Amino acid sequence: MIEFLNSIENSLIYENFFLVLSGLDNTILLLLISLPVGFVLALLFALGRVSKIALLSRTIASYIFVIRGTPLLVQIYLIYFGLGSVKFIRESFLWYALKEPFWCGVIALTINTVAYGAEIFRGGIQSIEKSQVESGLSLGFGKFLLLRKIILPIAIRKVLPSYGNELILMVKATSLVSLTTYMEMTGIARKIMAKTFAPVEAFIAAGILYLFLNFLMVQFVKYLEWKYNPHLRLNN
Amino acid sequence: MFKFDKLVFGDAGWGDEFLIATLMTLLVSILSMGLGLFLAIITVWAKIIQNRITRFIANFYTTVIRGVPELLVIYLIFFGGNAVVMSIAKVFGYNKYIELNALTIATIAIAVISATYSSEVLRASYLAISKGQIEAARALGMNKFSIFFKVISPQVIRHALPGIGNVWQITLKDTSLISVTGLVEIMRQSRISSNVEHSPLTFLITAAILYLCLTTISGRVFKTLEVNYSKGFST
Repeated sequence: MIEFLNSIENSLIYENFFLVLSGLDNTILLLLISLPVGFVLALLFALGRVSKIALLSRTIASYIFVIRGTPLLVQIYLIYFGLGSVKFIRESFLWYALKEPFWCGVIALTINTVAYGAEIFRGGIQSIEKSQVESGLSLGFGKFLLLRKIILPIAIRKVLPSYGNELILMVKATSLVSLTTYMEMTGIARKIMAKTFAPVEAFIAAGILYLFLNFLMVQFVKYLEWKYNPHLRLNN
Repeated sequence: MFKFDKLVFGDAGWGDEFLIATLMTLLVSILSMGLGLFLAIITVWAKIIQNRITRFIANFYTTVIRGVPELLVIYLIFFGGNAVVMSIAKVFGYNKYIELNALTIATIAIAVISATYSSEVLRASYLAISKGQIEAARALGMNKFSIFFKVISPQVIRHALPGIGNVWQITLKDTSLISVTGLVEIMRQSRISSNVEHSPLTFLITAAILYLCLTTISGRVFKTLEVNYSKGFST
């Protein structure tokens, strides 16, 4: 038994696991900023998309079209390499953020998740039955109260499963930020693969951590679904 | 800022290089989508036959690949693919060094990823076929193959087309990750060109526009296919 434990301790997987684990906080840091900001902006964009102001709605629609039609990698590179090459951006205050791979990653991930999230929330808002809104209006709700008490709670509740999917895609998307020299889990795993030529061991170490993160995300969304759908609970 | 003159065809610009790169992106997407659909059919088959071991393997495969970043899967196949092929070759008594070319690695890597998404789509559309259809076919004395090709496949295709269209878009965009293996597709080409010309903005925007064209055009194609396959089913 002790021999077995020793052999695990000396194995490459064990060693790599802790190496990759040191990148976990960088991955989580990316998510901690881009997910909440992305959520709020996605809601605002969805409201703008369904609004009756044609110009606003069109602008947001084309934004969503462009972001959903191009790979995230292009967006990350455009922000990291592309914007950095423009002279007046290098001289402006924006450069304080754009010279850091971390902030470039956060900006790119946020831009990306806002487009996907806005489209998801739009589906939720448009699927609300008219009678719900009408009953709110007949009770004398103002526009803001209607939004806060009826439209948003129902819309968010409805789209929780698909927004959960988007959250998992975001966890996976953080790996692309490693291509801008930001050392999160995939970046470290890549370094290990290149150095030791033991790809399977590095993959297992990083893969377990990503699966664990995604597992937590799924549980979190499940909890939210349970919390905000009290009428669907079996025993209450 | 945006240098249009660098995008002309011929020796002065990068137009022709980008055209070839775009074709390469399309080639990788089509090849890996095809291989992915093939793998997906096997995965679905493993999930729907009543066998615990195959179902466990298939579920394990789809859960792990979908829960792990695409880039990591590509790294694994890029760095580890050669070793696996060589160890298989050794079983057959071939001991020389084998190196897979970039296109093969790219196709396999993207196919492995895309198959997990396709399998979910195909499984859902298989389950959408009512049991009565298969029973009716059996009652007519059709054998397993004709049931599969004449009853199941046409309906699965019709149900699955919208989902497969989505998977195609994801696959197309995932090919951009293949640039890390050195295969010259749109993304790699734009990095090469911008390193030579010191103008990343020009070539990255070009890449974005090319991807946008590819996704838009293929979106149209799938719309037409959907209309074609749902003839007789008013929607």
